[in-house]
Amino acid sequence: MLETVLFFALALLAVTAAIGMIVHRSPVYSVLMLIITLFSIAGFYVLLNAPFVAAVHMIVYAGAIIVLFLFVVMLLDLRHESDRFTLTKFSRVLAFIAFLVFLGEAILLVKVAFIDGGLDIGLGGQVSQLGDTPSIGKLLFTAYLLPFEIASVLLLVAIIGAVILAKQNLKPSQ
Amino acid sequence: MADFIVGAVEYLSKFIFFIIAVLVISPVLTWVERKQSAVMQDRIGANRAEILGLRMLGLFHALADSLKLFTKEYFVPKGADRLIFHLAPCISIFFAVMGFAVIPHADTLIISGQPVEMQIVNLNIGLLYFFAVLGMAVYGVVLGAWASNNNYALLGGLRASAQMISYEVSIGISLVGIILVYQSVDLMEITRAQGDLLFGFLPKWGIFLQPLAFFIFMAAGIAETKRIPFDAPEGESEIVGYFIEYSGMGFGMYFLTDFLETILIACLTVTFFLGGWQAPFIDGWILQTFSDSTFLGIFQLNNFILTIVQFLAFVFKVCLVIFMMMTIRWTLPRFRYDQIMNLGWKMLLPLSLFNIVVTAIIVYFIG
Repeated sequence: MLETVLFFALALLAVTAAIGMIVHRSPVYSVLMLIITLFSIAGFYVLLNAPFVAAVHMIVYAGAIIVLFLFVVMLLDLRHESDRFTLTKFSRVLAFIAFLVFLGEAILLVKVAFIDGGLDIGLGGQVSQLGDTPSIGKLLFTAYLLPFEIASVLLLVAIIGAVILAKQNLKPSQ
Repeated sequence: MADFIVGAVEYLSKFIFFIIAVLVISPVLTWVERKQSAVMQDRIGANRAEILGLRMLGLFHALADSLKLFTKEYFVPKGADRLIFHLAPCISIFFAVMGFAVIPHADTLIISGQPVEMQIVNLNIGLLYFFAVLGMAVYGVVLGAWASNNNYALLGGLRASAQMISYEVSIGISLVGIILVYQSVDLMEITRAQGDLLFGFLPKWGIFLQPLAFFIFMAAGIAETKRIPFDAPEGESEIVGYFIEYSGMGFGMYFLTDFLETILIACLTVTFFLGGWQAPFIDGWILQTFSDSTFLGIFQLNNFILTIVQFLAFVFKVCLVIFMMMTIRWTLPRFRYDQIMNLGWKMLLPLSLFNIVVTAIIVYFIG
């Protein structure tokens, strides 16, 4: 009972904040709405017995990535930028197509969830044990070792690339 | 009825910890800081506030300070973003307070035969929760700086958040060694694991097993609380900080956040490196000396006394660490901003990575 109430409260919060993020004219407020959405999604992970994923979600997304968003938005001083975000004819057509695609996806999702009786992705009763820290660690370092290492190498390449790009302009002056 | 009493005692005991940690220690800290600086600089220090002729060595200055902050005008600068301007100090203090939820402050207390963990929330991801809360602390600073509509405040906010994010990395990586040694991310489990003795006489505390991590954590922790020598973000009198436009209680809340973060970092230092609530050598003696007869109707005598002793041991250790942090504050001059960044990224980060490698090799061969 409590879980259902919490789920719908969090769902309402997540969707409202997501809509607010798109609709709000001030970029900083949009970023704040995004944080609220991320908070409520972390709440879903907790409800799904995955506290580790919830914590990592908060640390990585809310604690690091959104802070970067906020930095960029603040340094660009986009306070009056909202006037420039007017839609051209071409972007209106694109927006309509994107809307149709998402509508189709939403209808499909509702059909699978409520008419076909949910989707079985083959995890069965395992889900409740997968969420805690030791089992995620074991899976990452046994069954999913290769994808895990590839992802870390990718991130390393991105970091080195960022440093090279940032330092490129400094060289001639030295 | 019995359940009700157990619940009431449980919440009361947790509440007392929170009250002591947040509402008693942090105002007293302002007094300690003033008096300690006075002693170290050969001055008398604050001693003028008095109630009915009573001066109490200037302890009432904490009261006078908060009264002053409450009664000052709360000024909102022109062109400020009002909502975020009011919200930012609240966000800042909210996440500082949230951090205390996972600090274990004593071992299990038995009430009416039911074990109750002396930790406000018993999370099995306590350490990660702490990282998440620490990461959120940046928002109060950045948003307050931006909402002030002041370029100096914005620059100060960027400086502060760059410093906080940089040192968070070192804090996180230095604690990986602790996770490796104690094999858990649950703060209660980590504290329990520090109860054994090493070679029969040395408590198995983090500071003995992870000395390098202790120094990295302390240095990064002080940087995280933005205290001297890492106080470039706020600099009391000569650097324009992120809360330049805040007056009255808005400033007061940022001020309180700094003290709360100091207490929080001290609590975590004790939990990870100084054995938390462990009171070595006397815990066994207490359990043997006192009987397990019923006490006050719902407690067991020896368990009750042990819990009190553990709680006092925890508070004592926390006060010791805070005193150390304050001594550092009045001993060292301020680092320059580039020195802060170099120390964080070029010294502490490689050292903490080195610590992980060494610890992992040792744990692999021994444990």
